[in-house]
Amino acid sequence: MNRKKIQILSIPYLIWIIGFTLIPLVFVVSKALVTPDDRLTADNLTAIFDSVHRKALITSLEVAFISSLICILISYPAALIIRSFRIKNRKAMIFVMILPMWMNFILRILAIQMLLSKNGIINHLLSILGLGQIEIINTTFAIILGTVYDYLPYMLLPVLNCVLAIPDDIVEASKDLGANRYTVLTRILLPLSLSGIGSGITMVFVPSMTEFVIANILGGGKILLLGNIIEQEFSVTMNWNLGSGLSVALMIFVLVSTLLFGRDSGADRGYVI
Amino acid sequence: MKNKIMATALILCIICCTFTGCSSQRSNGDNVLTVFNYSEYLDPQMLSKFTKETGIEIKYEEATTPEEMYTKYTSGAISYDLLCTSDYMVNRLIDEGQCQSVDFSSMENFGNIDPKFMAESESFDPGNKYSLPYFWGTVGILYNTKKVSAPVDSWNVLFDGQYSGQIIMQDSMRDSFMVALKYLGYSLNTTDKNQIEEAAELLKAQKKDVESYLVDEARDEVVAENAVMAVVYSGEAYLGNQYNPDLQYAIPKEGSNLWIDSWVVTKNCKNMENAQKFLDFLCREDVAEANFEYIYYSTPNKTVVDNMDEEIKSNVAVVPTEESIDHCEVYQTLDNETLELYNTLWKELKSE
Repeated sequence: MNRKKIQILSIPYLIWIIGFTLIPLVFVVSKALVTPDDRLTADNLTAIFDSVHRKALITSLEVAFISSLICILISYPAALIIRSFRIKNRKAMIFVMILPMWMNFILRILAIQMLLSKNGIINHLLSILGLGQIEIINTTFAIILGTVYDYLPYMLLPVLNCVLAIPDDIVEASKDLGANRYTVLTRILLPLSLSGIGSGITMVFVPSMTEFVIANILGGGKILLLGNIIEQEFSVTMNWNLGSGLSVALMIFVLVSTLLFGRDSGADRGYVI
Repeated sequence: MKNKIMATALILCIICCTFTGCSSQRSNGDNVLTVFNYSEYLDPQMLSKFTKETGIEIKYEEATTPEEMYTKYTSGAISYDLLCTSDYMVNRLIDEGQCQSVDFSSMENFGNIDPKFMAESESFDPGNKYSLPYFWGTVGILYNTKKVSAPVDSWNVLFDGQYSGQIIMQDSMRDSFMVALKYLGYSLNTTDKNQIEEAAELLKAQKKDVESYLVDEARDEVVAENAVMAVVYSGEAYLGNQYNPDLQYAIPKEGSNLWIDSWVVTKNCKNMENAQKFLDFLCREDVAEANFEYIYYSTPNKTVVDNMDEEIKSNVAVVPTEESIDHCEVYQTLDNETLELYNTLWKELKSE
């Protein structure tokens, strides 16, 4: 196929990106830069530094950061274990890990709520064993747990892709040259899978930064993330300008943080994200 | 070059589509009514019944909150003829000139509506020109009689710390402030800055005792006995009692919010005659009764109340007594300045 024909194939995506990304973005930015009576202002953007919003921003960053970290700590060893399996077994393992994604994510979060709640299944089991009660529900920890549960596959898949792509020859060569298992991990495997971890961070950190549903369900409405505030500005207070301003400011934060974390996000190796 | 021209044309085309998409309002055919209601707020069989009787087709849309309705309505993507929404939102729509006045007296079954509720409606629809009461109710405390020793009759139980960690408040700005304002003896429509700030302080002090702030799940949590009591809407209380017979509903003596959900005809409606037919249909005894039995909220329809079983009639969640609603008030729309104050204080409370 020649170049022109290939370009024509990109038209559906072009329509998609213009219609559902660029134009809405223009709307959001244009709302963010004016007051409700249409005077130009930067107040909506700087509002993110007001004490209430700043607190929510810090909580959001905290949740997103810790969740991403836990996702890496779970995904990377899992990827290494799957790598050590035979190919047939690998497929079964990957299938099991992706299975939760087949279910609606709200349902899964509601299930977590059931597990954690005061008279929930976990507390019920604990009391049968005579171990007393734990109170996790309606805390930041519950939100982090939910976020990790929801976004784990998005970390696992890119990490796994990357780890599986490392040729066995390289590992064997390093062993021949006298590297022990620890050195193989830190000098060979980890550096070669950084791009996968980078993509994983982008896929987990960004959505959990803007999340509000998990916080609503598992936080009991007692913990405000920036996503909750934006949602409230749009749906309850109907201050769309402030809501847009906070969204744009949040976008800038997300952009900066992904640049910091995901610098090596694999673009140089041909991955898109 | 050719490619660039094509790309530019494409972009322009999409932009045009988007903008015209926003502004064009599809007008309905002659015999179609687009009705916008809360979800599960009408017996679906009544819609087909209406179409069978009158030949008027109904396009039925649902939303969960008044704010969601307002946003969808003003976006103009769908042109709604009739809207059922809550008192303060009715107020807002009337103020913004979105409603058409309706000649209720010409409707055959309008007499079934208790005039008391037309009088209450005056606080958001002066002169009763626009809105027709559909269901109403109160906000109160749903509590577990097994875990609460004395009968609840005051908002006090939410603030005295006796049930710390076992209380559920409404995750709604206005309803939570209402509780505090009423407890302090102020009007729930107050615009006095000091009174509102005092209420906010009270709510902040209360936060450590609150298990969670919920809306729809509040009832379920009390039913599941994860909490001892919750601030709920009366309709939820009736259902809660069905699921767990230990639950009781009380309207605190300091007073509370009396809410009315009403129908309005929007200015987009081209066929007022059909809209009136629909409203008249809803007021008819058999239809009002079917709708009541579908959701069990308090009905303003006298004929339905008269026909009720004694057991239901004596349930304060379904038919509140005169004295229990004596100190209750209907919400009025807050001015922007007060709303902003509410909003700031609410965010402070929630992020504490």
